[in-house]
Amino acid sequence: MPPFARYLLHTLFPPDVLRPTEVGADVLILATGVIIMVVMTRRHKWRHLWTEWLTTVDHKKIAVMYLIAAIAMLFRGGVDALMIRTNLALPGSPVISASEYNAVFTTHGTIMIFFMAMPFIFALFNAVIPLMIGSRDVAFPRLNAMSFWLFAFGALLFNMSFVIGGSPNAGWTAYPPLTERVFNPGPGENFYFLSLLIAGIGTTMTGINFVVTSLRMRAPGMTLMKMPMFVWSALATSTLILFAFPPLTVALLMSLIDRLFGSSFFTLGHGGMPMMYVNLFWLFGHPEVYIVVLPAFGIFSEVVPTFSRKRLFGYETMVLSIVAIMLLAYGTWVHHFFTMGAGPTVNAFFGLSTMLIAIPTGVKIFNWIFTMWGGRIRTTVAMLYQLAFIPTFVVGGASGIMLATIPADYQFHNSYFLVAHFHNVLIGGTLFGLLSGMYYWWPKMFGRKLDERQGKWAFWLFLTGFWITFGPQYLLGLKGMTRRMYTYPLGYGWHTLNVISTLGAFVMGAGFLVLVYNIVYSMRNGERDLTGDPWDGRTLEWALPSPAPEYNFARIPVVYERDAYWDMKEKGQTLANSLTVRDVHDLELPRNSSLPFFLGLSFFVVGFGMVFSWWIIAGLGFAGVAACLVAVGFDYRGPKRVDAAFIRGTEVALGRLRA
Amino acid sequence: MSLELAPEPGRREDLPLELSDEQESVKITGFWMFLVTDVLIFASLFSAYAVYRPRVATGPGPLELFHFGPALLETLLLLTSSFTVGIAIYEMRKGRPGGVMAWTIATLALGAAFVFLEIHEFASYAALGATWHQSAFLSAFYVLVGTHGAHVSFGILWAVTLLVQLARRGLTPVTARKLYTFSLYWHFLDVVWVFIFTVVYLMGKIA
Amino acid sequence: MRASTFARAVPALVASIRGTPLPRPAQDPQYVVLHPVGPVGRSELHLMVLAGVAMGAVILAVFVLFAIAIVRFRDRPHSRAPYRPNWHGNKWMEATWFVIPAVILTVIAIPTVRLTYSLARLPAHRDPLVVDVTSLNWKWLFEYPGQHVATVNYLDIPTGKPVLFELTANSPMNTFWIPQLGGMEYTMPGRVLPLWLEVGRPGVYWGHSGQFSGHDFEQMFFAVRAMPPAAFDRWVHEVRRRVPVMTLADYRRLLRFDTVAEQTYGGYPAATFPSVHHGFTLAGGMYMVMHNDPQAN
Repeated sequence: MPPFARYLLHTLFPPDVLRPTEVGADVLILATGVIIMVVMTRRHKWRHLWTEWLTTVDHKKIAVMYLIAAIAMLFRGGVDALMIRTNLALPGSPVISASEYNAVFTTHGTIMIFFMAMPFIFALFNAVIPLMIGSRDVAFPRLNAMSFWLFAFGALLFNMSFVIGGSPNAGWTAYPPLTERVFNPGPGENFYFLSLLIAGIGTTMTGINFVVTSLRMRAPGMTLMKMPMFVWSALATSTLILFAFPPLTVALLMSLIDRLFGSSFFTLGHGGMPMMYVNLFWLFGHPEVYIVVLPAFGIFSEVVPTFSRKRLFGYETMVLSIVAIMLLAYGTWVHHFFTMGAGPTVNAFFGLSTMLIAIPTGVKIFNWIFTMWGGRIRTTVAMLYQLAFIPTFVVGGASGIMLATIPADYQFHNSYFLVAHFHNVLIGGTLFGLLSGMYYWWPKMFGRKLDERQGKWAFWLFLTGFWITFGPQYLLGLKGMTRRMYTYPLGYGWHTLNVISTLGAFVMGAGFLVLVYNIVYSMRNGERDLTGDPWDGRTLEWALPSPAPEYNFARIPVVYERDAYWDMKEKGQTLANSLTVRDVHDLELPRNSSLPFFLGLSFFVVGFGMVFSWWIIAGLGFAGVAACLVAVGFDYRGPKRVDAAFIRGTEVALGRLRA
Repeated sequence: MSLELAPEPGRREDLPLELSDEQESVKITGFWMFLVTDVLIFASLFSAYAVYRPRVATGPGPLELFHFGPALLETLLLLTSSFTVGIAIYEMRKGRPGGVMAWTIATLALGAAFVFLEIHEFASYAALGATWHQSAFLSAFYVLVGTHGAHVSFGILWAVTLLVQLARRGLTPVTARKLYTFSLYWHFLDVVWVFIFTVVYLMGKIA
Repeated sequence: MRASTFARAVPALVASIRGTPLPRPAQDPQYVVLHPVGPVGRSELHLMVLAGVAMGAVILAVFVLFAIAIVRFRDRPHSRAPYRPNWHGNKWMEATWFVIPAVILTVIAIPTVRLTYSLARLPAHRDPLVVDVTSLNWKWLFEYPGQHVATVNYLDIPTGKPVLFELTANSPMNTFWIPQLGGMEYTMPGRVLPLWLEVGRPGVYWGHSGQFSGHDFEQMFFAVRAMPPAAFDRWVHEVRRRVPVMTLADYRRLLRFDTVAEQTYGGYPAATFPSVHHGFTLAGGMYMVMHNDPQAN
């Protein structure tokens, strides 16, 4: 073999990606790829894929792409979780080795936060925020597509590490100096830093986009205090993103140049200081917790009134508490490392600020309960997730308060008590919220309902599996089990509880399979939503047909009340029965663009080149990025005009316009 | 009573050119939000610098390393360029594309001189062996000041493409908005530099 | 080297050095956090119980309210529950749920802050035993600056006396945790953090690292043998008399990326632990400023 080929083989496929799991994954990926290629080619779908999806700037289509990515990543992160749990059920005879385990728990955490929760949230933001506020798109549609492609190529780069070069293996927090080259010579951590940097740029741009969208794109009459709660949560979340992602970017950048260019930020010698990273990371990391949970709060504030057929209780205090949580979120980051010797005064401050967050959160819980109080509760799947959320999240929040009592945290820190706590709030809060939102808005996105009976099966499997998995982990923490051990000695009484926990994880896995089946089944067989308002909804998105036409609103209505669509229905004047042919004019919509895709691709090339320090490739990528940016600057094609006749035809066909 | 519908948006002739089109004015709001994130980037870098400043390990500290002269000259260049870009916007408001071009080119020239001086400064430090490998302090210094320098360099390239667009299309709501955001960006970099000059150079020499 | 195997080896080892075996712990509790054997662990447990009870009450209250709501207001035909579709708020009720959590949290917060401050200081008028702890890849080095002995992967301490652990690392971060004695604290390169613990009862306990630090991290268990002061003094005496001193070559061997069995040394070179201000913690401050960087030498 020529030396170059040997070098290439050795770099791309070092021994730690030639283990059975990785090779199995390689084969599966290749096979899936080939099948997709063949099907696409035989059905002549490539052009359709390119013009309708890859170059789209339509928020509704971007939402669909985000959702597909999120579910795929939920699968990957879930498989990681099952591998973790399997190992822990079999101490002494681990199924996967320490190095595999270390990679798997790292990718599990990273993927679930950055490549599952975030895109899932953005999927729902994109799917409904413009519709809810009465807008034809987000503020910056092309930027929106760029965000998506940066996310997608970042995710691709991260996932590639499993089969090429080696996975990151220093935990999702990637604390130095463990990530320094001395301790971690492979390319794995480069994958971590570069993919998060790339995806992080995309996320930051999404934050900008939704701040401006919710501030500037609302229909006339929709004042801030008439915005649906989900829009409030999007505004708060996006603001948090603006303030939280830059510190992460800086922390990642420092680690990266330490590794690639030999600077001395976090090295053992030369005055390096790992704690700087820890501070910057959690300056991002704690707001991130609220970035992923506030949208869930927003979803519940939409779902509960709809399925209780009643107005939201305490709108003003809901807004107040969401803003309070947003502000307090910046003042709590040290509680992730009380045990790093910051001193009693600093610790006490951050302990108290953490406890303070419980107050607005508690207010929201009570407001939801009293939204149901005096209502008529319909237990649809979307509502079931909400009903499961309240008790689950209350327990998770309570354990959070216990973690905030600083001296007790010295005992809980990094133990399974902590692991149980954050899964309790992240699954019980974020994931239940996102699934609730998915079931709720699915008809709006796809024009069909998800099958309710199958959805209930998935729900019950998830919920029971969740408690079987994480209940025992609280106890394991009290038994002194610390996190991230790939195996453990017998004799500490950890075995039985771990076996139970693992069983629960497989029940959740079964729930996921039912969920996927539910989606696949309902794509063809789900009940069609012909009215556009399958749940008797209250906000503007339900005023539109399902799925909404490309231009969303033939005409944008003036808003008078908080529950704008409910108000229209009560007055008997909806968009479906009030428009006349004379109301419909020509419209302008943003034009499709291939630049976002190529920008993402260029960043991917940059990342790939830098992971292996192949500077020519990285340089080509940078040239691509520059070319895309210049092309953006010189893109003076105006918006696409949609003429009135076309809109009239569409609306007549939907039965919303008298011909 | 029938459903009230919102009018479709039109041009606002009473506002300055860059704000006259609703879509362009939304983009300016967006750019402010971008500046928020950039402020946070620099805030993180400044805090890192403050923490790392005493951690010189075996390398030189700020007192031995920095020379006042070049830093002062860099400051003068950048402050002047902030003034010239301000005049460019003034010319834009007066509707004089020629003046806009001329003052933007002056801004670029000053910016380029600034970048040249900074590269020269870095090279002279590196020649003394003060690389970022030497100490955490030097790492923080190069990354903080270098990030600013990279911003200025990017700004220069950006403005060159703007000049081409301006020459081709003249002053329209779109080019006006682009110039306006560029000037925001440039003023922002100037403010950041004032902080760098104070925190890195002045305080480095005094302490 | 795992604690369980170590625990079996302990009596023999102790006997070989001191002649008399240590008493085995009277019980072998599995919920180690709930069965502390020292004042630090006990006070942390008290706080945990207080917070747990308060949170339990909150959970119970919310569950009851929630259960009533979903049972009573479920959408059934002929439901007789009141239906108030436009009821959208009540100032007094909303104010109540601002105030109630605030009160409950105050109840938790006051002892939390108190204990945070009191645990940051060593108990007054009691001289501590100082142990310098360094986490290495993937092992623990314990140096006793007052006694001039050192151990690897096990820790001998006297009962009834505060022990001041000075924690640092010559490796990626770990946390130093002996659950039955009290909470954990990070070991970090370039910094020295203080943590004091005390053990009330002779016995063999176990400690572990709580922070993932690489390939063999899960092997970072260590045994903690608590013995009466007199026995501890005898142990020190025996070690110093019989066991050879750690050389720099020995120390460098410990720096390798591997695991080792427990080791004992009758002395150690001065440069292996960064010099720190000792009076600092006693005065109540927290940061221990390092004067020299172990890597710089």
